[in-house]
Amino acid sequence: MALIETRGLTAFYGDFQALYGIDLRLEEGETLAIIGANGAGKSTFLKTIAGLLAATPESVVYAGRPIGGLSAPQIVRLGISLVPEGRRLFPSLSVEENLAIGAYGRHDCGYWSLARIYELFPALAARRRAPSHTLSGGEQQMAAIGRALMANPRVLLCDEVSLGLAPVVIRNIYAALPRIKASGSSIILVEQDIVQALQVANRVYCFQEGRMSLEGRPAELSRDQIHTAYFGA
Amino acid sequence: MTAWIDTLLQGVMLGGLYALFAAGLSLMFGIMRLVNLAHGDFIVLSAFVVLVLMTALGLDPFLATLLAAPALFGLGYALQHYLLNRTIGRDVLPPLLVTFGLSIIIQNGLLEVFSADSQRLKAGAIETASISLGGGIALGTMQLLTLASAIGVILVLNLIFYRTELGRAFRATSDDPEVAQLMGIDNRHIFSLATAIAMVVIAVSALYLGMRANFDPTIGPARLLYAFEAVIIGGLGSLWGTLAGGIIIGVAQAVGAKIDPEWQILAGHLAFLAVLVLRPRGLFPRAGQ
Ligand SMILES: Nc1ncnc2c1ncn2[C@@H]1O[C@H](COP(=O)(O)OP(=O)(O)O)[C@@H](O)[C@H]1O
Ligand SMILES: [Mg+2]
Repeated sequence: MALIETRGLTAFYGDFQALYGIDLRLEEGETLAIIGANGAGKSTFLKTIAGLLAATPESVVYAGRPIGGLSAPQIVRLGISLVPEGRRLFPSLSVEENLAIGAYGRHDCGYWSLARIYELFPALAARRRAPSHTLSGGEQQMAAIGRALMANPRVLLCDEVSLGLAPVVIRNIYAALPRIKASGSSIILVEQDIVQALQVANRVYCFQEGRMSLEGRPAELSRDQIHTAYFGA
Repeated sequence: MTAWIDTLLQGVMLGGLYALFAAGLSLMFGIMRLVNLAHGDFIVLSAFVVLVLMTALGLDPFLATLLAAPALFGLGYALQHYLLNRTIGRDVLPPLLVTFGLSIIIQNGLLEVFSADSQRLKAGAIETASISLGGGIALGTMQLLTLASAIGVILVLNLIFYRTELGRAFRATSDDPEVAQLMGIDNRHIFSLATAIAMVVIAVSALYLGMRANFDPTIGPARLLYAFEAVIIGGLGSLWGTLAGGIIIGVAQAVGAKIDPEWQILAGHLAFLAVLVLRPRGLFPRAGQ
């Protein structure tokens, strides 16, 4: 049984249709990458799974259970956390408060705690009392990932975590992935940076204008296939 | 000289009353970006609730307010849950229209039930008691108590805001309601709790409104105006700013009245305009916005 399976998933912004029937599977323990040009619908896909956009119940199945259309708070309780595009830390909360709020309303003890997040991203420990808007872009991204981990998710959805960051910072952030996987999370990464995505993913999906244009294992996909799936023929 | 010091002190203490009026408004605006045009009328409504409890049970105003507070907390939660949450969204007009409507409904409802007669929450000897500071300056106990309550209310609200998980959720939801939901925060429940707490603050405002002066069903909108000015002067979303805003209006009114009694109200409004001109975002605008 897949951990997450979408079946003919569609999404709309008012009259505008952004997704046209996406079928995708995430197996337990897998890291998936979703690539695609700007506007292909990658963020929309993650937001729909996370409960921010409407969906029919059967179009998103989580561990065998239909969860499409549940509210975002319900979905995060079930174990699916989203690191939103653009970090979106809470500006009036300190770094530590941003992390702590990731565990809002939870008193279960999972793997992740403040101490473990600081271990994962030592740069954050030094800035724990700082207002979040004073962090560098890389630190903000670490805090956004840490905030999502604080919910001890079974599925971590990451939207463009490397956007706008220097290569060395991106490497730092990707270096955390093995530890996150070891904590028991399966991961869906949305990336514009194809090289980065192909390096860490078990499987890759490519989106094009709201449709799935390619699916496969990185080693099995040719440059031409990816180029066509990304930009269209 | 003594007379001026006295005027200043009276102004500061009057400011405490305005800060109380403003605290509930500031709370709701800060968390939900919701301007409650019925705020003043809810203060008057609460004063009538306290009055009814006093007469029915023979209580003094303080005890009656203590008793009314949980009921008003519930009323605030229900009001937000069943009505105001439906109006909150991208468009700022629906909440304004709905709370404006509420204002009219409350005023007319109160007129229907209690008539236009002036009422008062009689507190006994404390009303006329005063504390002498020497040098011919004396402070009214009631006035002092008002200011102390305003400071107390704002202290408690700040503790809730900055020291509790609920307060963190309030600030997060105010910053970014969409991402707050991703944290497992149910915005609608958070908003309902905010209005419920604001109603308790309104109950405290009502206590002092009713003990210090006469009230009748129609005086709500004028209280809203003072509250609104205090919130804007202080900077939207800052509770200590709201206290400062209330005090500025109070002092301006006291000084105005000292020069010429007819100038009292006008001086308060002029101080408001002056701050708006000099600091359009208020004295303590929130960081990061
Ligand atoms: N809030 C929104 N309202 C209306 N249209 C939107 C909104 N967000 C995204 N879209 C549209 O949906 C499509 C997919 O966007 P998005 O999922 O953000 O793409 P990606 O993340 O792949 O760049 C685009 O055409 C975009 O313009
Ligand atoms: Mg995107």
